[in-house]
Amino acid sequence: MGRHNFGYFFHEGLSNMFSHGFMTFAAIGITVACLLIMGTFSLVAVNANSLLKDLEQENEILAYVEESYSENQARALQTELEAIPNVVSVTYISRQEAMENFLEDYPDEDMFKDLDPEILRDRYSLKIQDLNQISQTKEAVDNVEGIAKVNAYEAVAGGFITVRNVASVVCIALIAVLFVVSVFIISNTIRLTTFDRREEIAIMRMVGATNGFIRWPFVYEGFMLGLLGAAIAFLLQWGLYEAVAQGVNTNDALQLIDIISFQELRIPVAATFTVAGILIGVGGSLSAIRRFLQV
Amino acid sequence: MIRLKDVEMVYENGTKAIQGITLTIEDGEFVFLVGPSGSGKSTIIKLLTGEVEPCAGRIMINGFSTSNISERQIPLMRRTLGVIFQDFRLIEKKTVYDNLAFVMRAVGASAKESRQRIPYVLELVGLENKAYSYPTELSGGEQQRVAIARALVNNPNTVIADEPTGNLDPERSLELMDLLVKINALGTTMVVVTHEKNLVDRFGKRVVTIDSGHVINDSVGGYVGGHIHG
Repeated sequence: MGRHNFGYFFHEGLSNMFSHGFMTFAAIGITVACLLIMGTFSLVAVNANSLLKDLEQENEILAYVEESYSENQARALQTELEAIPNVVSVTYISRQEAMENFLEDYPDEDMFKDLDPEILRDRYSLKIQDLNQISQTKEAVDNVEGIAKVNAYEAVAGGFITVRNVASVVCIALIAVLFVVSVFIISNTIRLTTFDRREEIAIMRMVGATNGFIRWPFVYEGFMLGLLGAAIAFLLQWGLYEAVAQGVNTNDALQLIDIISFQELRIPVAATFTVAGILIGVGGSLSAIRRFLQV
Repeated sequence: MIRLKDVEMVYENGTKAIQGITLTIEDGEFVFLVGPSGSGKSTIIKLLTGEVEPCAGRIMINGFSTSNISERQIPLMRRTLGVIFQDFRLIEKKTVYDNLAFVMRAVGASAKESRQRIPYVLELVGLENKAYSYPTELSGGEQQRVAIARALVNNPNTVIADEPTGNLDPERSLELMDLLVKINALGTTMVVVTHEKNLVDRFGKRVVTIDSGHVINDSVGGYVGGHIHG
């Protein structure tokens, strides 16, 4: 056969879908369910990652200088701190500046107004690159001669890292399992179609139809099942995401969590769903039809 | 031309279906293949259509050698054959016209080519007025004519008919055989597997008798040998 008979294959694929309405419904339903679960976990992972990035950017280690150090001695520590791996920037904050910052934070508290800056220590604010290494960086800063105390929010960082890692692992495992399940179910749906049309397939083979000619209508069927599943899953995912985002944004206890807008994720989610849906559909149909084309 | 040379076929269960058959059928010949049940007739059909491969020997069909044919060439080889089955094997949900258009499309013919070819073939088998009937609306004889039209529609070099009269009464069987002879007269090689002794004797064509996987007789004129039991 010379040219690809798109119209014929599309028509045959479509009529296969309608002739097995229930199985088509089941196949689309399972694809939607799988994509929705995969999508939900992926979006949780994406949001956890984004929160972690924000935290990494905002996270700082405060290193307090020994009280006995003069300002000049304290400023001299800057080079040594900058040389520590994973440290991106080092900012010196004198006692005076620290006091001003403190008072800015509590403008209405008169009781702090007369405090002497001498009660505070000179300090350094250090920005770090990788939150995973916060403990090692903190230790290295602590070991610098002249640093009396180091404050770092390791527990918060650790919590976010755990969420991200768990979400990633669960996500990958679920995607793998659900992908296989979807392919299996679509494969069985199309196998039912091929079984119902085995006489036609036998006749086609007998008169000399190529395997490609026999296979294409089923591939189109799988393609359409996958695409339809992906479209429905995308719309449901959108609705679900917006509902959860609204819930989180209006909940006072969850104010710190900044959910990424679905508008930003729309194109990657649609693209991923489309590709995954088509892969599931076409993979399922190829697996179903293979058996019929062996002779 | 069909040529079998020392062909042997043993199934996986150990059944020796064909044991060293050598046979040549020239282009344009009409050959009856006869023999009792289990003699190997069906296996010869399967070998000719490429459904099974011989364990030994060579088969040449219309320029294709099945011993070294590639998977891609099998469909091309099958396009030189038209096959008619005892049970017709028509697609019931398609009209007569669509049953024929379906097999034309399967080998890449356009709708225009189908529109030109199908009326001619239906006229040849005497069903020009049944194009838009469904197979279930036709008699057994008419259904078999549709099957013949389907076998002819792609203009094959050879038609292989496996017990084509098996489901028909004697009168319809005779009509059908007349039709096959008429098609053969137009140049199509005809291989007819049958167990109907009367028909075989009546037409005086070449008869190849198979028994226990061997050719026991190959002569012109009529059936020679023991009982034939379908």
